[in-house]
Amino acid sequence: MDQHLLSIVLLTPLAGLLVLLLLPGNKNLIRIWANLAALAGFAVSLPLVFRFQTGAPGFQFEERADWIPALGAHYHLGIDGISLLLVMLTTAMGVIAMLCSWSAVQDRVREYYAMFLLLQTGMIGVFISLDFFLFYIFWELVLVPMYFIIGVWGGPRKLYAAIKFFLYTLAGSVLMLLGILTLYFQHFQQTGAYSFEIADLMKTSSGMSFGVQEWVFWAFFIGFAIKVPMFPFHTWLPDAHVEAPTAGSVILAAVLLKMGTYGFLRFSLPLLPQASADQKIVQILAILSIIGIIYGALVCLMQKDWKKLVAYSSVSHLGFCTLGIFALNPNGIAGSVIQQVNHGISTGMLFMVIGVIYERRHTREISEYGGLGHVMPKFATIFAIAMLSSAGLPLLNGFVGEFTILQGAFEANRVWAAFAVTGVILGAAYLLWLYQRTILGQVSNGKNLTIPDMNFREVAMFVPLIAWAVWIGVYPKPFFDVLRQPVTEIVERVHPDYFKGSQLQPAIAKLGPKLGTEVAAQAGGPR
Amino acid sequence: MIESLYTANDHFSIVPALMLALFGCAILLFDFLIFPDPRQRKWLLIFVVLAEGFTGFGLYRQTGYVLTSGPITGAFGGSVQVDQFSIFFNWLFLIAALIVALVSYRYLENAGEHHGEYYSLILFAQCGMYFLATGADLVTLFVGLELMALSFYVMVGFLRSEKRSNEAALKYLLLGAFSSGFLAYGFSVLYGIAGSTNLKTIVNVIAGKQAWDPVVYLALITTAVGLLFKVAAAPFHMWAPDAYEGAPTTVTAYLSVASKAASFAFLLRLFYGPLAPFAAMRSVWAPILAVIAVVTMTVGNLAAINQSNVKRLLAYSSISHAGYILLGVVAGNETGITGVEVYLMVYTFMNLGAFLVLVALRRQKIIGDEMDDISGLMKRSPGYAVLMLIFLISLAGIPPTAGFLGKYYIFWSLIEAHQYTLAVIATLYAAVAIYYYFRIVKSMFAAEIKEKEPMATSFGMRVALAVSGVMTLVIGVYPEPFLKLAQNSLLR
Repeated sequence: MDQHLLSIVLLTPLAGLLVLLLLPGNKNLIRIWANLAALAGFAVSLPLVFRFQTGAPGFQFEERADWIPALGAHYHLGIDGISLLLVMLTTAMGVIAMLCSWSAVQDRVREYYAMFLLLQTGMIGVFISLDFFLFYIFWELVLVPMYFIIGVWGGPRKLYAAIKFFLYTLAGSVLMLLGILTLYFQHFQQTGAYSFEIADLMKTSSGMSFGVQEWVFWAFFIGFAIKVPMFPFHTWLPDAHVEAPTAGSVILAAVLLKMGTYGFLRFSLPLLPQASADQKIVQILAILSIIGIIYGALVCLMQKDWKKLVAYSSVSHLGFCTLGIFALNPNGIAGSVIQQVNHGISTGMLFMVIGVIYERRHTREISEYGGLGHVMPKFATIFAIAMLSSAGLPLLNGFVGEFTILQGAFEANRVWAAFAVTGVILGAAYLLWLYQRTILGQVSNGKNLTIPDMNFREVAMFVPLIAWAVWIGVYPKPFFDVLRQPVTEIVERVHPDYFKGSQLQPAIAKLGPKLGTEVAAQAGGPR
Repeated sequence: MIESLYTANDHFSIVPALMLALFGCAILLFDFLIFPDPRQRKWLLIFVVLAEGFTGFGLYRQTGYVLTSGPITGAFGGSVQVDQFSIFFNWLFLIAALIVALVSYRYLENAGEHHGEYYSLILFAQCGMYFLATGADLVTLFVGLELMALSFYVMVGFLRSEKRSNEAALKYLLLGAFSSGFLAYGFSVLYGIAGSTNLKTIVNVIAGKQAWDPVVYLALITTAVGLLFKVAAAPFHMWAPDAYEGAPTTVTAYLSVASKAASFAFLLRLFYGPLAPFAAMRSVWAPILAVIAVVTMTVGNLAAINQSNVKRLLAYSSISHAGYILLGVVAGNETGITGVEVYLMVYTFMNLGAFLVLVALRRQKIIGDEMDDISGLMKRSPGYAVLMLIFLISLAGIPPTAGFLGKYYIFWSLIEAHQYTLAVIATLYAAVAIYYYFRIVKSMFAAEIKEKEPMATSFGMRVALAVSGVMTLVIGVYPEPFLKLAQNSLLR
């Protein structure tokens, strides 16, 4: 069972999709089935959590078969702590996205859910592939369903937004493909065998000249940075978010953007350690991240459209994630992964909040609202939690991630941390101001007086996310535990002598006490 | 002495072509004798299927022989050479011809031009292609080329009551004749150099000459111009959009796939045969060919963006595909040549498929090749829309469809040849291509239905679409056997 667990997780949505296509045309039947399929997808991924051996080196649940020997491509799946968290995020958000489209989508229901299930398979595939060719297939597979979700079920400018999303990300991915091929060819020149295995390609970097490594790094960078999106490649994101249907935005923000950051962690850093640790490159990426953080936040302050505001807040939050990655120390990287999960939870919730209100009022203009707290108390409460978790209030998830990233950034370069901190302040500013303008005060618009509050289904889809947010905020130890080993491995790749200095296990020693949530009890160095 | 004029070896090496020619003639005869009523003419398909069956059997036998005993080189005094390369291409021609024939009857009935000779022309054209892939002698190659081209001239103008079709045929004839002239001139120079039309002899003679010999250059340039005309590479592509748009859609499909594959087979035969000494001088001609490839991609992609006629859009896109394939020749390494073959193989299925959907859009009174005709297809006939989506995604080169592998090989060969700039240009044009392919997708899935006339479907159409759709996906998901096939079919 264990050796095929990942395949089952990968193929469950696809199996659900096939059955979905055969169902009769009753809309409710299709909805129920799609929700069940997503739930099954989540259920089969749960054993990953329970059977995952925290702290074991390398990959787990590995599965490997020859696929295209002529090219050296394999069907090779496996996860480590980083991918475990992202896979769980994907399957969980899959359930919630299905649930939140129940009443929002009335047109072409079957096709809609089919696209979501296909998307689900693609995203899971991205996070569990250990073969670059397989990874690339899934990476591109995601584009087509997302194009349709935005382009068919989206808002007024949906077609523009959809093709913009598609063109941007595709241009990035094909350039990344060139990088992959260069690496692949380098590997061939060194060993005489073609292989796309990440484990094989990891050995290639030592024999590559720095110039080639740098070239490949930038090719990867374009692919991943557009996906994240990092400044200045972020311009597709607001359009895509604003036009996408609620569930599309939720998945886009919660999972799709993480494919970029995951790419940096899984490919750029381990495969090209010298280029990734190069001072010039690190500087450039850190500066781009910081610009993203501050610029994203400033643009948020100016937004009149509720959804666009949240979309730009993604640019800002993802800036933290990339900054953490390029701090290149355990705190930064672990914090970055935690923050990726956090962003999935909080921004996912914020988009769902917008979806709830949009279904009632069909407008996203902030000025149309005000004093909603009087009319919709449940809504106001849930929005408050989502907003505070996104703003990084202690005891909620956002704080843990941002704090750890800033710690890592501080360790790498104090100036970065100083600039990045302003992002936290601005983040609180635009979110609180948004809350104030929409929820607090008196009801300024008569149309808002008769809005019904959230129903049971709508509350139900927030409950697991809120629980998760509180869990990370109060007791993040399991998450850091899971991440310790893979993060250590990545840091050792890029800074081989990082851990030489201290005798005690440094990752946990640094992570634990400062957070005040755990004591570094375990002794012994990293394996 | 009689038996030595036509040996078993000779027979074996041309039996597929012989079958095609014989059945082609048989169709001409029977069309008159037993099917005077146009409604019965679809039974002529049986002849086509039989012809392809025998041809396929001949190819199958040839495969068996070539695999055990190596290429057959001595047939007809060395003017025909059967090897894995020729067999590979002949299978492609066979598949294309069969699929096109299967969908033609309904189309021609709707267009009111269902005549028996159409099927003979398909077979004759395929016979010509056979000699393009198999020929090892300038005369054989040239006759093959002309047989193919002449059949196509007639087929392009087959809708004789339509102005567009006539215009297309005339343009194609004039420019085609012009390009044949160039080619014939190049061949005559080659003959002048070597004193023989046999490719092997020419190879040996040219190899003994100094590489910068101006006469050799003259031969190279004129031959190349003729070939570039045939594959519709810029700046010799002007005939293609008009010919593609005006021709009956079935013929366009055949022309864009089989004729292109045959021309590339021809090009590879020449450039890796007699002109192979130039491989040593890649630094001279590769940049020129690279520029041509880039210009071809530019012209094809940029002109496709604004087309409102789907058929014309696909015509321009097929020009840009020729550019990609040429890049494989520019890279010139083994990966590149394998890439050319893989690309042509996947292109056969995906491009045929896309044109088949357009064929089904041709109804009794509706031409059906405008963007408006395809709008709302998802609501009208979801099956066609989804298939078209698969073909377009594949043409755009997005995994997990077959088209990705074609592009993948081309990029890979460019990286191997250290042609990074070309690789970047080629990849960025892949993104441009998305834009216009997805204009069709947008129209199919997001736009409203403009007319409700049902699609012109038929049994043959279903079979043909199923084959191309399944192959496009299967090659994309499990390409191993197909890649092996292409790798084994390199010219040696």
